[in-house]
Amino acid sequence: MRYDCIIIGGGVVGCAVAYTLARFRIRTLLLEAQNDVAMGTTRANSAIVHAGYDPEPGSAMARTNLRGSAMMEELCRKLDVRYERIGSLVLGFSEKDRETLARLYDRGVKNGVPGLRLLDAAETRKMEPNLSENVACALYAPTAGIVDPWGLALAMAQVAVRNGTEVRTDAPVTAIARDAQGFTVTAGGERYEARTVVNAAGGNADVIHGMIGGTGFTLHPDKGAYYLLDKSQGKLVSHVIFQCPTEKGKGVLVSPTVHGNLIVGPDAVPQTDKEDVSTSSESLDFIRKTAALSVDCINYRDSIRNFAGLRARGTKDFIIGPSPVDARFINLAGIQSPGLSASPAIAEEAAEWLRRAGLALEERDDFEDGRRRVEFRKLSRDEQRALIEKNPAYGRVICRCETITEGEILDALHAPLPPKTIDGVKRRCGSGMGRCQGGFCGPRVHEILAREWKLPMEAIEKDRKGSYILTGETKGERA
Amino acid sequence: MRADVTVIGAGPAGLAAAIAAKEAGAGRVLILERAQEPGGILNQCIHNGFGLHRFGEELTGPEYAGRFSDRLEGIECRYDTMVLALEGRTVTAVNPKDGLFTVESGAVVLAMGCRERTRGAIGVPGDRPSGVFTAGAAQRYMNIEGYRVGERAVILGSGDIGLIMARRMTLEGAKVLACVELMPYSSGLNRNIVQCLQDYDIPLYLSHTIVRIIGKTRLEAVIVARVDENRRPIPGTEFRIDCDTLLLSVGLIPENELSRGAGLEIDPHTNGPVVYDDMETSEPGVFACGNVVQVHDLVDYVSDEGERAGRAAAVYAERHPDGGAVETVPGEGIGYVVPQRIRRDGGENDVTLFFRVRTPCPKGELVVRDGEREIVRKKRLHMTPGEMEKLPIAREAVRNAQRLTVSLERAQEGTR
Repeated sequence: MRYDCIIIGGGVVGCAVAYTLARFRIRTLLLEAQNDVAMGTTRANSAIVHAGYDPEPGSAMARTNLRGSAMMEELCRKLDVRYERIGSLVLGFSEKDRETLARLYDRGVKNGVPGLRLLDAAETRKMEPNLSENVACALYAPTAGIVDPWGLALAMAQVAVRNGTEVRTDAPVTAIARDAQGFTVTAGGERYEARTVVNAAGGNADVIHGMIGGTGFTLHPDKGAYYLLDKSQGKLVSHVIFQCPTEKGKGVLVSPTVHGNLIVGPDAVPQTDKEDVSTSSESLDFIRKTAALSVDCINYRDSIRNFAGLRARGTKDFIIGPSPVDARFINLAGIQSPGLSASPAIAEEAAEWLRRAGLALEERDDFEDGRRRVEFRKLSRDEQRALIEKNPAYGRVICRCETITEGEILDALHAPLPPKTIDGVKRRCGSGMGRCQGGFCGPRVHEILAREWKLPMEAIEKDRKGSYILTGETKGERA
Repeated sequence: MRADVTVIGAGPAGLAAAIAAKEAGAGRVLILERAQEPGGILNQCIHNGFGLHRFGEELTGPEYAGRFSDRLEGIECRYDTMVLALEGRTVTAVNPKDGLFTVESGAVVLAMGCRERTRGAIGVPGDRPSGVFTAGAAQRYMNIEGYRVGERAVILGSGDIGLIMARRMTLEGAKVLACVELMPYSSGLNRNIVQCLQDYDIPLYLSHTIVRIIGKTRLEAVIVARVDENRRPIPGTEFRIDCDTLLLSVGLIPENELSRGAGLEIDPHTNGPVVYDDMETSEPGVFACGNVVQVHDLVDYVSDEGERAGRAAAVYAERHPDGGAVETVPGEGIGYVVPQRIRRDGGENDVTLFFRVRTPCPKGELVVRDGEREIVRKKRLHMTPGEMEKLPIAREAVRNAQRLTVSLERAQEGTR
C-alpha cells in the first residue's frame, strides 16, 4: 500500500492537515499512537482561540495565529463545532502592568490584530462585574474566542475520513526508513509507504524527526493543570480573562468554555516524562491563588474535574517546514500555545510545503466538505418532538446532566471514526461531561458500547488502552 | 396531557408520595421515572436493614421497594422517561414510546433523590485512570449488571454506601485494603462500621485522606496521608496503598437541576428546596420529598416525608381541580397567537384568540386544532397581516385539550 502522504499524529494539527489534504486527489493516511484522535495536548488545554497580540511580530506563531483565528469562525460553522468569539481581556494590576499592556497593544497592532483597545479599571469592570478589586486596567481583544478543541480535531478528521483519508489508531510509529521513492513508516507493527510525511507528533515530534536522522530541536513537556467548574460558575465571566505577564510568569486564565463551564488555569511545570499528565496539590493551590487575583469569587466546591495537559516546549517559534534531512518530510513541531488557534493555518502551510516537495495537489471535484450532527438539547421542543417520532432513540436521555440522548450516541457510533471507549463517546457527544462526571450515564454508555460493538462488557475501556473498567462477573447464576 | 398529581421519580419518596396522593383521593396520579422500573436506588441495595422503623423488619432494598410498588394500582407509571423541565406545574418529559410530552398538573411532587459527589468535587489530585468509581456506580455495576469492578480496593469516605460496598466487594472475593475517612469520626451508621468493616478486618483510617491517585491507564495505587485538625494533609505522614480500585463515598448532593430551572427557592445548606411543613416548595402546588429535600440516612423517614408530600399534593390538586393551562401556537399561515396560554380553570366564559395572518389572503378558512382534532373552523374573507383576527372558542372545548394550533387554510384559486 502506497500513500502520497502519511500524517504522523492525530492531534488538532494532524487532523487539520488531514482535513486540508482531503480536498486533493491524493491518498492520505493518518497514524495515531493512541486509541483515538485528540488524545494528547488537544484534549487538555485552555480551549482558547487567541487574538494574536502575544507572538513576536514576523514569527510563524504570529502569522499562523492571526490567519487561524480569522479562519476559525467559518471553519467551525462548516464543521458544526462549538466556537464563540467572546473576546479576551488581559488584566493589569499595577502601573508596571499598564506599560506591559501598552507594549502588548503595540505588538498586537504590528501583528495586525483587529479592534484592540486599552481599558481603564471602570471600563474593564463594566464589561466584567465579577472581577476583583485589584484590577487597574486591561487590554481588550474582541477577536479572541473559545472553541471545543477535541470537537474541532474530531470533526476535521471525520470529514477527511468521509472523503477517503485513512486513519489508523493504536499505531505508534517506531521506525521510518527513506529512499528515493519516499518513506517506509513502521507503526503498530505494520509498514506503510508514502511519498511524503507530515510530522505532527506533538510532544514527540523531535523523536519522530530523529527517526530519519533529523536533529535541530528537542522538545520537553511543560505541564499545565486546570480546574473545570460546574455550569453554576460558568457565567462568572463572559470573556477570556488573562493576566498581565510578569517576570514571575504568564499568570492563569479564567474563562467560560463552549460547554458552559468555567475553566481556570494553567500553571507551567517543566518535566521530563512525556506521558505524565497528573495533577498535584501544589499546582492546584497555585492556580486557585493566582486566579483569585483576577476573580476572587470562584466557588471551587463546584469543581467537577481537575486535569493537566502537556505543551511541547523547546523551540522559540513554531517549526513549520521541510526537514533539513529530507524536503519530503514536513515538520510541524514545537506547536505550543497558540497552536490550537493556528492549527488550520499551519495545515495550509503544510500543504504548500508538500506541493513544493513535489506532491501534485489537484482539487477533487467530489470533495464533501462540512459536517452536521444532531444535538437534542439545542433543538426547539417542536424539533425534538419531530425527531423522536422519526427515531425513538432520541427519546431516551442517557446523560442526565447534559441531556444527551441514545440517538446521539448511536449517531456517533455510526459516524466516521467511531468511538471505542466511554471517554471517546464523551468527546463526541458530551455525555459524562457534566456535574456527575459520568456517575449516572457511564454504565449506560458502557452497555450501549458493548451492545453495538458486540463485545463483552469487560472488553469496554474507559479511556486509553489498558483503562479497563470491569474485572469479571460476580458470583452466582446469571439471569 | 393532564394529571391531578404528577410525581417525578419512582424511588422510595416518589412511590410513597404517589400512593399517599391516590389514597387521599387524587384522581389521576402519574409517576414519571427515568429507569425501567420503580424502586430507584433501592433496587441496587441488595443488603438488608431497610424498614426497621416502618415495618419492624430488616428488609433488603428491593423488598422494601416492593412493599410500595405492589400498591401502585390505579396509578399511571411512565418508565424510561426523563423530565426535561418544570415550569409552574407544567412538566415536560420525554421517552422513546410517547416522545416529548407535557403534563399539566393540579400538583407536582419532586422526588428526584440525590447524586453522589465525585472525585472532581473533592479535588483529589493525581492521574485520571479507570478504576475510580463513586460507590453507587460500583454498586450498580455489581448488583444490577453483575460485574466485579476490581480486585484490590480502597474506600474513600465512610458514608454508608462506601461501608456497604466494602463488605460487598469482600464477599465477591476482592481484597478491601482500607477505608479512609477525612473526619475524626465515621459519617456512616455505627452498625455499618461493625458489620461491614470490623467483621471483615478492614482497617478504618480516621483523620486521613487520599492525596494522590496513581495510574496512567488503570488505577495502580493511592497515597494516603493523615490530616490535621483543619483537615489539611500533614506532610511526612504519607503512605502508599497498591490497589486497582478506589470507591468514593464522599457525600450526596440533592438533585435539584429541575427545581433550580423552575425557579424554586433553594436552601444553600441543604442544597434542596425550601419547604413548608406540608412539603410544599416556594412554588404553589409544587411539593418535594426525600433526598431531593435533604439527604436522609434511613429510607423509612424518606417514605414518611413522601407520604406527607403526597397527601398535601392531593389536597392542593383538589382545591385547584382544573389546574394548568393549554398552550396556543401559531400554525400554517399565522404569525402569532394571543393569549399564548389558556387556563383550564379560568371560569365559564369563552375565550377569544387574537392573531394575525402572515400574508394577505382574500379567502380562506381559520382552523383551530388540538393535535389532529379540529375544534373550530371558520370561513373568512379579506384577511391581511395589517388587520388583527379574532376567533372565539368555547372554554369547554379546550378543557381537555393539550395544545391548540391556529392555522390558515387558503381557498384554492378558482373554487367558490
